[in-house]
Amino acid sequence: MNSNIDEKLKQKFLNQAQKLLISSGKSIEDLQTLFRTIQQSDQYPYFQHIFKSTEVIPCDEHKYEIEYLKRGQAAWEKRIVKSLNTMCTEVNLPLARRRNESEMRSVRRHWNELGHISGDLNRFRPVYSAKDFLDVICVLVNPNLKIDEALWNSGLIKIPIVTKSFVEIKAFYSDLCPNIIQYCSDETFNEAKEEENIKLALQILEKKLNIKSVREYARRGCPSSLRGKLWSAMLNIEHCNWHVTYFNYLKQNVIDFDLLVDNLYFKDVKLTAVNDDQLFVFEDYLYQMLLLFSRDTYVQACFTASASGCQPTRSFIKKKSGVEECSVVYPPNGIIPFYGFSMLVAPMCFVFEDPVHLYFIFRQFYIKHFFNLHHISAAPNAIIGLCVLFESLLRQVSSELWFHLQNIQVQPLRIAFKWMMRAFSGYLACNQLLALWDRILAYDSLEILAVLAVAIFVLRKGNVLKESSETAIEAIFSDISSIKVIPLLQFFLGS
Amino acid sequence: MARVRCCTDLDKTVLTQNFDKRFWMTVNSDEDWNFYWASVTTVRAIFNPSNDHPRLTDNQVINHFPNHYELTRKDLMVKNIKRYRRELEKDGNLLAEKDDYGSYKYLDFIPVTYMMPADYNLFADDFRRDPNHTWIMKPAGRAQGKGIFLINKMSQIKKWSRDGKSVPSAAQPRETYVISKYIDNPLLIGGKKFDLRLYVLVTSFKPLKCYLYRLGFGRFCTVKYIPSTNDIDNMFVHLTNVSYQKQSEDYNSIHGGKWSIDNLRLYLEGTRGKKLTDRLFDEISWIIVHSLRAAAAVITSDRHCFECYGYDIIIDDNLKPWLIEVNASPSLTSTTANDRIMKFKLINDILNIVVPNGDIPDIRTKFSNISSSPEALGNFDVLYDEDQASCELNDKDFREQKARGGIVPLISKTGMPFGKTKQSSAWR
Repeated sequence: MNSNIDEKLKQKFLNQAQKLLISSGKSIEDLQTLFRTIQQSDQYPYFQHIFKSTEVIPCDEHKYEIEYLKRGQAAWEKRIVKSLNTMCTEVNLPLARRRNESEMRSVRRHWNELGHISGDLNRFRPVYSAKDFLDVICVLVNPNLKIDEALWNSGLIKIPIVTKSFVEIKAFYSDLCPNIIQYCSDETFNEAKEEENIKLALQILEKKLNIKSVREYARRGCPSSLRGKLWSAMLNIEHCNWHVTYFNYLKQNVIDFDLLVDNLYFKDVKLTAVNDDQLFVFEDYLYQMLLLFSRDTYVQACFTASASGCQPTRSFIKKKSGVEECSVVYPPNGIIPFYGFSMLVAPMCFVFEDPVHLYFIFRQFYIKHFFNLHHISAAPNAIIGLCVLFESLLRQVSSELWFHLQNIQVQPLRIAFKWMMRAFSGYLACNQLLALWDRILAYDSLEILAVLAVAIFVLRKGNVLKESSETAIEAIFSDISSIKVIPLLQFFLGS
Repeated sequence: MARVRCCTDLDKTVLTQNFDKRFWMTVNSDEDWNFYWASVTTVRAIFNPSNDHPRLTDNQVINHFPNHYELTRKDLMVKNIKRYRRELEKDGNLLAEKDDYGSYKYLDFIPVTYMMPADYNLFADDFRRDPNHTWIMKPAGRAQGKGIFLINKMSQIKKWSRDGKSVPSAAQPRETYVISKYIDNPLLIGGKKFDLRLYVLVTSFKPLKCYLYRLGFGRFCTVKYIPSTNDIDNMFVHLTNVSYQKQSEDYNSIHGGKWSIDNLRLYLEGTRGKKLTDRLFDEISWIIVHSLRAAAAVITSDRHCFECYGYDIIIDDNLKPWLIEVNASPSLTSTTANDRIMKFKLINDILNIVVPNGDIPDIRTKFSNISSSPEALGNFDVLYDEDQASCELNDKDFREQKARGGIVPLISKTGMPFGKTKQSSAWR
């Protein structure tokens, strides 16, 4: 309801702004002039007021705000900022600095091959990895819950969050049951049907029906030739000139400023995507996307929207530590990348060729979904919820497997966590991965990640039951690139 | 059952491991062998009429055709394709139809090419007509990017021809070069140039029977492609040969700059749409069939022989494929782990086709097993089967294709109970 009002208001505001710009007769070249023109108009205070007054927070937004988790996230946030600052001191580089003329020229010249402007990356290492983050989550305990370690056999996570049961999951993903045809998932698929299906997608897209109808369609998969359009519709991204302006504004920001976090992104791409036999060709796209992303303050909206109610940590201008007015969110988007972060963008390069389009899709996908993969919150869609769902599903579906693993003291979550944190990117064949991400958008939920992780365990159950050492179990799951995602999910959800 | 006696004069583990897997007996080449995977020089010696090598028996198969160079030497391939086009045109074949600008509608798939120094005058005329174009000089008989250079000035070619004349000798005649119009608008992915390496197995030229391997790959340059003329000396930008790119400091030894065909397809469908992608892959199939038919007229289709060719194809930014060259002995050296697996499978699938069931080969029954099941083909798909094509005259598809010029390239309807063929799932 609330968002509907917002939408109308936004539309009204945009219309007004457009009229204003036309009547002003000035040519608007960049974002700053645009802001200035709007701020100078007499309608500005009116809109300011309207926007403020309608900012009604629906009461259930804080449903998932749990004090000890909020504290946990705050402490974690603080820790990684500190570690970033330590690195900053170690390598003796400022967090941010303005580039000089010749550096700016160099960035501009190398815009399509930004790898060239990265300095010595040997001194940089990723701020944190999936393992570090899991260790943090594992020690979070509800202060009201008394756990007898000797009797505890419910896995790693000790946070009582209610997640869907296997029955509920089956009902939720009912479109993935084995007797419903999934499109574009296997070879024997009939060509005439496929064409029919593509036609249907075109009709839905043409009629500009609501997001719901597109999602309904995408539940059975997106044809790869229409994936871009369907994803845009589901993420509510309509390509417009405004995007180009904003993109160029961020680009100018990259040209003007050198951020310490840039090195982390460079390093991350070099450690992950560059060595990936499916994604290496997109190396230069990734630098662009990630550097723009780091400077995009709009991304901070994640924190406002987040159920945990946690804010990004602030850094202080040199020698003014503790002075509130001198604090800024650093990096500007509020996100400190973890090892493998670039893998969240890379597969999208298979779908979007235009960097502007690619950027806005990634940003929206990230804000809506991926942000939750490395943020502590009690929302069922966030990482803790997924961990709990993974452990509880595995217990429900195959207690034999679960207790075997508990007996030999192997925690399956230790294996599955990295898959989920990267949304399986880099672990699967790209066509499989994109089919999986189709379902994230179609069902508007990350729960499918936990479901797939459990399904993979069940698939390899036979091998697991034969082994009793941790290294042997790890070896069984070290390569999951041959997994056919959709048939496996169908098999699992139909069991 | 007698064991197949095999031998090879190449030291490649993908070969020996495949022999061992079948419990074949490795013998020396001077012993009695059934299967020989040999280098081209060895094969040339075996088929040399002045040689005292005994005639091959009915139970011997070997991996090259006697005069495969009609297809695999750059100059001869061009010559044969030009002749093939002329012949089709003379017959009034629809395939030789030309568009309004006078280029072939379906047969214009090799860049304009001249022999050097023989066609020097023709080239010079062409160069003067469009002096801004870059050309690429390649020695006709060498491989792996050796001896290749780009030129965009007439003076460079004059210098080359002068340098050549300074070492004239009767014993070592001037090496033949081909000069081709450089594809200066290649399709770039992630800003980088690439070409396709496809494997094609031919078991017979008359009648033509060929198979296309699904696990081909794109080979990427390590350096961003810049179509500027000052850069023509930096060959890392232009040459995709792995043996060449390996010398670059940006070379990645994990994937070796190789990208699978499946990924290429996924990318093109996502960014260019299904229609254009399907058309591209269709055209590639046609190119291969045309080039093989062009060579079939002159190649000795010895029944002892089969051959696996490495096709190099460049796609331009209009998604039009161009045939660059055909290699007789595509590298069996593995550069990466995935590469090793792929090449092992390649040899495995080839052996399954040319030595069916692992029985001692008998060339008298070579063509009797045409109804082999798709499973027996592994990752190969039948690309063209002349015999089969003539049997299926009643087929509607065939009549339609026939109307286009009498060639049915995408044929694999052998014993398929379901409507969708294996072929079309891979290529359509």
